[in-house]
Amino acid sequence: MTQQEIDAIREQTRAAAKKTYIRVGMATCGIAAGAQDTFFALREKIKQHKISVEVKKCGCAGKCSQEPLVEVAVEGMPTVTYGNLTKDKVAALVESHLVNKKVYQENVVQLEDPKQMRIVLRNCGVVDPENIKDYIANDGYRAISKILTSMTPEQVIAEIKGSGLRGRGGAGFPTGVKWELTRKVQSDQKYMICNGDEGDPGAYMDRGVLEGDPHSVIEGMMIGGYAIGATKGFLYIRAEYPLAVDRVEKAIKQCRANGLLGENILGSNFSFDLEVRLGAGAFVCGEETALIASIEGKRGYPHPRPPYPAVKGLWGKPTCINNVETLANLPPIILNGSKWFAGIGIDKSTGTKVFAVTGKVKESGLVEVPMGTSVRDIVFGIAKGACGGKKVKAVQTGGPSGGVIPEEHFDTPVSYENFQKLGSIMGSGGMIVMDEDDSMVGITKFYLGFCVDESCGKCAPCRIGGTQMLRILERITEGKGTPKDIENLKKIAQAMQKASLCGLGQTAPNPVLSTLRYFENEYKDLIRAEEPASV
Amino acid sequence: MTAAETAELEKIRQEVDEMVKPWEGKPGNLIMVLHAIQNRYSYVPRKISFEVAKRLDVPLAQIYEVITFYNYFKLEAPGEHIVSVCMGTACYLKGAPALIQELKNELGVEPGQTTSDKKFYVQMVRCLGCCGLAPVLTVGHKVYSGVKPEQVRGILAEYTQPQTN
Repeated sequence: MTQQEIDAIREQTRAAAKKTYIRVGMATCGIAAGAQDTFFALREKIKQHKISVEVKKCGCAGKCSQEPLVEVAVEGMPTVTYGNLTKDKVAALVESHLVNKKVYQENVVQLEDPKQMRIVLRNCGVVDPENIKDYIANDGYRAISKILTSMTPEQVIAEIKGSGLRGRGGAGFPTGVKWELTRKVQSDQKYMICNGDEGDPGAYMDRGVLEGDPHSVIEGMMIGGYAIGATKGFLYIRAEYPLAVDRVEKAIKQCRANGLLGENILGSNFSFDLEVRLGAGAFVCGEETALIASIEGKRGYPHPRPPYPAVKGLWGKPTCINNVETLANLPPIILNGSKWFAGIGIDKSTGTKVFAVTGKVKESGLVEVPMGTSVRDIVFGIAKGACGGKKVKAVQTGGPSGGVIPEEHFDTPVSYENFQKLGSIMGSGGMIVMDEDDSMVGITKFYLGFCVDESCGKCAPCRIGGTQMLRILERITEGKGTPKDIENLKKIAQAMQKASLCGLGQTAPNPVLSTLRYFENEYKDLIRAEEPASV
Repeated sequence: MTAAETAELEKIRQEVDEMVKPWEGKPGNLIMVLHAIQNRYSYVPRKISFEVAKRLDVPLAQIYEVITFYNYFKLEAPGEHIVSVCMGTACYLKGAPALIQELKNELGVEPGQTTSDKKFYVQMVRCLGCCGLAPVLTVGHKVYSGVKPEQVRGILAEYTQPQTN
């Protein structure tokens, strides 16, 4: 395929796009809520009424609490999104909207939200993830054709550095700098890796992107591969996400069939190919050195850095690992320029961030906001606050490696630095809302239990420290705690932070320290209590 | 070896061959082959591992080293229906522990165990990525969302024959 052919496909697909269509959100969450039944019921009903309208699939539009989501566009009528559209409502919807041309008021939902800005999720809920032409029609593969025809790898790196894009997996390392380091190392072979091992239990941003817009991640991998000088890439995806794996594999096949992966892509000298490798349920494999060991087919043991993967990574070769969300940001940055991206956000946190807002909120789902948006706007503005008239107590960000942000700090603008100052981390984007009924000691015990389960056992501080802290927390929640326990928790936590080998052990104490910082009284209340607590 | 044993071995070799072939010669293929095995048998049977060791020319110990590291791989046959309770944070907060308790009451097994009639295997999983629908449990590939403990019995009943009820 050539650049001209891509342009032609884009124009043709756009021209052929029907003004009347129905889209059903068919990501894991939609399907779980019954989207598949809705999809077939829609097709059936439309056939009965002999209406000519295409029923299409798309990824997650983000309002998970109102799945199944169905978008109906009829020429001459405003496009409407319906929520909670289970199959029993299909007949009424079709009769109202498509036959009588009247909006089916009962299930209308408002997806547009001025507080949100969709860069990463630009195509989720819009394109059919299983159709490459749909992606191309939405400016897909224009970024790669732009760089292959008019930019050197150095220029691409400079552009990404200029954009200020930082790793969205949580650590926030500047992406352009990472690429530059990998580019500089001389080697006959280099690798790009997409980290799709979304380990934070309670976060699903990456699943949303992989299922809803796999081609944007692939295009991001190609851009990165060109920049660092790699010819081969791996997408490491959790086995718990079968639909994401399936859609990415289909997308790779379509790319190969269209000459977008393989030798001499778009007639250039650039050759690049991708392969999917599956995780197998090990949280530590989100850590880059452990992830590399896992792709090599071994136990996912981390090893000390340096050497960094940029120097010695997969099979000893220079390797660059980027997170799914980071990669999906790349095509728009190349197309719109670094200045555009750097103009969004605050301070050293540019662009947007996707959060999976879940827990005790009315409207849980995937939200994408410009950096600098306040936590309050996300929790109360977008997710509409707690259910059942309860008071929101805090949010937890960063999962087992993160911490809590209590309600009194909700006016803090979202940025890597601000979250760190509050004793939490940006993390990959999990944002769990807790209300007044939730016990902070309970949630801490939950996270620590997770880390103890997931510790690979290689280094003693993590293996022993985690277990000891968990025992103390169990004692406290059983009503057998002593005032000295709090002191011991802090001591062990500090030792683990300093002495653990990898990120898992270094950050595992964060939930403990963070809840102690803001909610030490909850620990003290339990220690004073005579009866065991129900947490 | 009896004729039956030879025939069985031949069958195993053929199946292993089918699963290994797509990964032949690719570095780091062991985990992908193990996925193929588990997809086929719902666990990794020891006799299959023996043949894989020969076929891939890796020590059996290395295969077991990998299997036992990763939570996803099972060494024993689970029951006919795999009941997975999501223990992600959102599900935890919204009542997943009560679902585990209810499954214990209904089936008499702890997570990681199979019922004595081999009908159900119960496990906890770390986030299925449907946090917006918490708490979630799955039976096989079917996802049940917003599950309340009192619904557990009804869900299980969908998978039991009327006569065993």
